This record gives sequence, structure tokens and C-alpha cells, in this order.
Amino acid sequence: MEETTEIVSDGGDEAAPAADVENGLIEEEKNMDGEVAPALISIHPFEKSVVVAVGSELRLFNLEGNCSVSLIDDPSGPSHSDAIRSINFGPSGKFLASAGDDKLVKIWETSSWHCIRTVSADKRVSAVAISHSGQYVAFADKFGVVWLVGLDEDDAKQTKVDKKAVPILGHYCSIITRLEFSPDERFIASANRDFKIRITVFPKQPLKGAHEIQSFCLGHKDFVSCFAFACPPGCAHGFLFSGSGDSTVRLWDFISGLLLATCEVGAKVGLLQYNGTEDGYPPVTDLCVSSDGSIIAVVTLEDNYFPTSMVLSFSKQRLWMVMGASNLPTLSTTQLPTRIRVMSGFHKDPSDYNGHDPITLEDNEIPGGKKLLSELQGSSDVTMEEAALAAAVKSSMRNMLIKKEYALERREMRKRNRNDRKRR
Amino acid sequence: MSSNADTAQAKSRSGRLPRKRFYRARAHSNPLSDSHFPIPIGPADFDYCHHYPYFFAPGSGGRSDGDAPPRKVRFADIGCGFGGLLVGLSPLFPDTLMLGMELRDKVTEYVKERILALRASNPGHYENISVVRTNSMKYLPNYFEKGQLSKMFFLFPDPHFKEKNHRRRVISLQLLDEYAYALEVGGIIYTITDVEELGDWMRSCLEDHPLFGAVPEEELELDPVVKLLSSATEEGQKVARNGGQTFRAVYRRIKLEEE
Repeated sequence: MEETTEIVSDGGDEAAPAADVENGLIEEEKNMDGEVAPALISIHPFEKSVVVAVGSELRLFNLEGNCSVSLIDDPSGPSHSDAIRSINFGPSGKFLASAGDDKLVKIWETSSWHCIRTVSADKRVSAVAISHSGQYVAFADKFGVVWLVGLDEDDAKQTKVDKKAVPILGHYCSIITRLEFSPDERFIASANRDFKIRITVFPKQPLKGAHEIQSFCLGHKDFVSCFAFACPPGCAHGFLFSGSGDSTVRLWDFISGLLLATCEVGAKVGLLQYNGTEDGYPPVTDLCVSSDGSIIAVVTLEDNYFPTSMVLSFSKQRLWMVMGASNLPTLSTTQLPTRIRVMSGFHKDPSDYNGHDPITLEDNEIPGGKKLLSELQGSSDVTMEEAALAAAVKSSMRNMLIKKEYALERREMRKRNRNDRKRR
Repeated sequence: MSSNADTAQAKSRSGRLPRKRFYRARAHSNPLSDSHFPIPIGPADFDYCHHYPYFFAPGSGGRSDGDAPPRKVRFADIGCGFGGLLVGLSPLFPDTLMLGMELRDKVTEYVKERILALRASNPGHYENISVVRTNSMKYLPNYFEKGQLSKMFFLFPDPHFKEKNHRRRVISLQLLDEYAYALEVGGIIYTITDVEELGDWMRSCLEDHPLFGAVPEEELELDPVVKLLSSATEEGQKVARNGGQTFRAVYRRIKLEEE
């Protein structure tokens, strides 16, 4: 993908009439802004099912029944029409939330796989989370506002009334990259592109707003791309792990905002030949942590298999990974292929270590086997080479969280087409 | 350009106040754009030695008490403009550190020179005020710890009249969360404007926010700071000259009331 910065000279001569230039720019805008959306993977907390989201598709496989599942959407409402940016099961496993660029948040019930609620957002949604009790769904948009929607028990039975979500807090004008509830649901954490993680008290009546900030976890020197809570046994509140574009993973006491430890991932892995757009180590793009904090898996932009998303199913000690994206400009196929791999052999207790490192399972060793792979990968056999897919995904991912520089004309056009609604 | 800056510094050091006409700047600035200025990673990285050398000189003997906790900024003037409020507050609270935050580059330079000149011509005074160029709507938590401030000032903020620009207003329900974070419980937020619509907006935001409660009039009358709100700054003086009305909203940071 080409470098996105352009230099425009001052007082340029108008070669084409303004309208034509603008139309041309709008087309180009759609193509360039048809930004790559990474494939996402999530697993039911009790490992009942695996979900992969790529583009606007949600692919589901039932591990218990060893069969594929079709999601039953609400026929009267809109379906996902654009890239899904976030999927989350929520710890209770009763619901799955999916949200993305089509400004829709859909909530699916996991027993019947019906879509029980569709919420319209004002802006494209970048993160979604379900509270532990399953009572609330929180989602965040690219402008920094976190919204909340209450789920009633009756929702499953009623016809879907498109109740508006309520804004409960905001990061001023900053893309929110991740949203999660703390394990005890007392706090909600939001991370943004401006290096910050905000921990806010999640009040008893959250629909009135979450105004009390508990702490800020400040220390990252670049965008915060991912974070996860962990609660080791015997620990009262737990900790927060976060990964960032500054190539570190940091450990925080989120109650006080204190930085406890920093791991220079890029340096540790000994990467010498990283040649991204800037000097320095590659960004950390995803991480996941086992609930007791004993295992942490981290992704950086490297290697031939580069997962765009991954999830740990700690109960069965497996790490599920998916690599793929939508809108890849260098691949001509419209099929949206993804490549799934599973690693196993993690040890709950370090003293259990019996000399085996975690290994990547062969395709037929994965639970669900070839059936799962054909359903979730989107094609019966992955005809393109993994390396080619990896290269395409990698170059697109690099541009994702870097601030885009727009040329002067494009900036003016973007300003004109901006959608600003009245807000307090 | 650098030679200009040097001469300016030299003049300030001799006590000559800077002339505003050399620091002309537009009245408005876009808080949404990512300007390129350095920002501390966290409050611990804020350079106190640079801003308040009198209190933080390396190896300072008698001035900083070894046992006492290090001084921190306690008053913040958001959008301090040409520094009028800071200069007015400095002698009233000589032991309190105050920081002005301003988005516009030239205006910040002006305030820096003004403070240097005042310090030079009044030895030992005006050492407790300083200014930093930053976007306080995005980076306030980078400068101040939780509950660090006892006073915050928002004097004559940009009204951003158009509805589509309301989100650029410095007082909003969303941003009040962050101001409540930086203020200690009992800390006070002072706002004033000459635009009635903005005055109503700010008052209702503060009224609706669960972490702020109104300060009663009797208390305001006794507060020496309140008089400075309309008289200390250039903007305030201009409003007074034109016989305009001002609209004040002063609130206290309170604890969240449990239902």
C-alpha cells in the first residue's frame, strides 16, 4: 500500500474544474479509506463455540456439536454491511456483541443465535464490550465517546425497539481502541490512540453516566492497541496488561494508575531487521492474558504467520489465532480468506513444565478439525500461500493506527462532508 | 528567527516587558488538531525545575524543605491568554505554584517573556507562576495527578457559536470528568464569560455534573479570587470598558453522592 502522506505546493494551479477534482477525490477517498479491517477471532468462555469476523461476515462454528452455525438475524432490521471491528462474548457467555464500520452494534443470544438487539450508533464503532452480569453492552466510537445500552431479560422476547444508547464518558477527540470491564465490574477501562488508558468507575446506575475517573494509566509512548485484565489468585483487584505501538507490554495497578513493569517486546524478541516506516521496533498489535495472569500471549508485526487477532481458551489451554483482513488491495479474490491456527501445550503451573514448549497444532488436530477450518476460513482449501496473505495483511496493518496526513484539498472536502450532530 | 528570540529573552531578563504587538496572534485556535508540541508522559515527568527554578533549583538549600513533600502546581489557568490572571494571582498566593495552559504558540511565548521580565524587575516575586503551551482538553491528565489542583480557571473561553462547533467548547459534561479528576474534593472551578448563551451552557453543564456543586453567593463574596475574574485579564478589562455584562459560574468539586 502506498505511503499516505502527500505534499501539496502552495498556490497551485487549478488544472481541472473544482467539481471534477472533488468527485475524483471522493472516489479516491472511498478507496483509501476503505481501510483494511483485520479479521477477528473470539471464543465462547466455556469453549462452546468459535467466532471469526472478517469484513462484514460473521462465521460461527459450534465446537460442542462439531458443526457450523448460521446466525439468525432480525429480518426487520439492518444486517452488518461493512467491516466488523470488534466482537466480544462477555464473560457470562450468554451474548455475543458485534460492531463495526456500518455504525451498528448487534447483540446475539448464544443459545439460539438470534440477533436480539440492534443498536444504531452515530459514528463508526471501534470497540465493544459486555459487562460480566450480561446486563450492559458498552461500545466506543472513533470520536472517543463510550456508549452504554442496557439489556433486559425481556429483550429476547420483545420485538426489537431501537432504543438509543446513552453516552457515558468520552476521551476528547481520540479513537478508542479497546474497551473492557474489570473482572469485578466495578470499573470500565478504555484505551485510546493518544497513548492513554482511562479507568472509570462503573457506577450502580451506569445509564446516568460514568463520571468518576479512577485513574489514568500513563506511560506508553505510542498508541495503546490492546489491553487485558488478569486476576491472579489471592489478589484483590487484579492487574492490567497493555500493549502499544511503542513495542512494549506494560503491567499496571489500575486502581492507582501506577506502572508496575514494562516489557520491551521488540528488544526481547531480538528483532534486528524490522524495516517499517519508522525506525524502531514493531508495534504490539494484540495480546491476550489468561484469567489468572499466568500466561500472556503477544503479537507483533513479524513472521510469516501473523495473527490479526487471537484469544486464549485457558480452560483447555489453547491459543486460537486468525490471520486475515478485508479490503486487501493486493489480493484479487473477493472471498475474504482467513487462516486459522491453534497452539496448545501451555502450562497452568510453571512447575508442571515437562520439557515441552507450546506447539502449533496440525490442521486435523484442531478441535473441530477440517470442518471448522472450512467454515471459519471461508474457503474449502486455502489456495493462496500463507506468506502472500501475511505480507498483504502486514503492510495494511502498519498503516492502521498511524495518524493519516491528508492533502490540502482532501482536508477541505472532508470538512465539508463531515457529519456533526448536536451534542452536549 | 532565533536571533529575535534571543533579543526578546535578553530584554525580558533586564526587566523590560514584552510588547504585545510583536506577538500578534489570532483569537481562535482549533483544539481538535494534533499540534506538535512536547507533552510529558505523566505528571511525574513535568519539568518543575524549568518552570519554577526559584523553588526547584538543583541543590537549593533553605528554600525547599527536605522533609516536606515536593511542591506541586495547585492552580491551573486553562486558556490563560496573555497571562493577566496569573500575574494578578501570584502576589495573593506567593507560596502556591500556578500554571497557565495556552494553545496558541505566540501567545505562550508572550507570557513566558512577561513572566521572565517580571521576575527580573521584582526579585523574589512572580516565581510561582509559569506557562506551558499545550492542549488542555486532550492532555490535562499528563500534567496533573488525581486531586492535585485546588483551583481551576476558565476565563472568557472561546464560545464556538455554531452548533457544529459546540464540541470544541472547553466546558462540557465529558471534559468535566477530567477536570473533576484533576481537582481535589473541595477544589473550586471558576468560569466567567461575557456571552450569555455560553454562560448558560457552562452553568448547566456544571449543574448537571454529579461531581460538582454550586458555591453559595455568600462564600463568593469572601473569596479574593472572584474579583480578579472580571478585572485581571485583558479580555475582562475589554468587557468592562465596553460596559458589557459578565456571567459567572463557580462550582466546587464534591464527592459522588451515593443513591
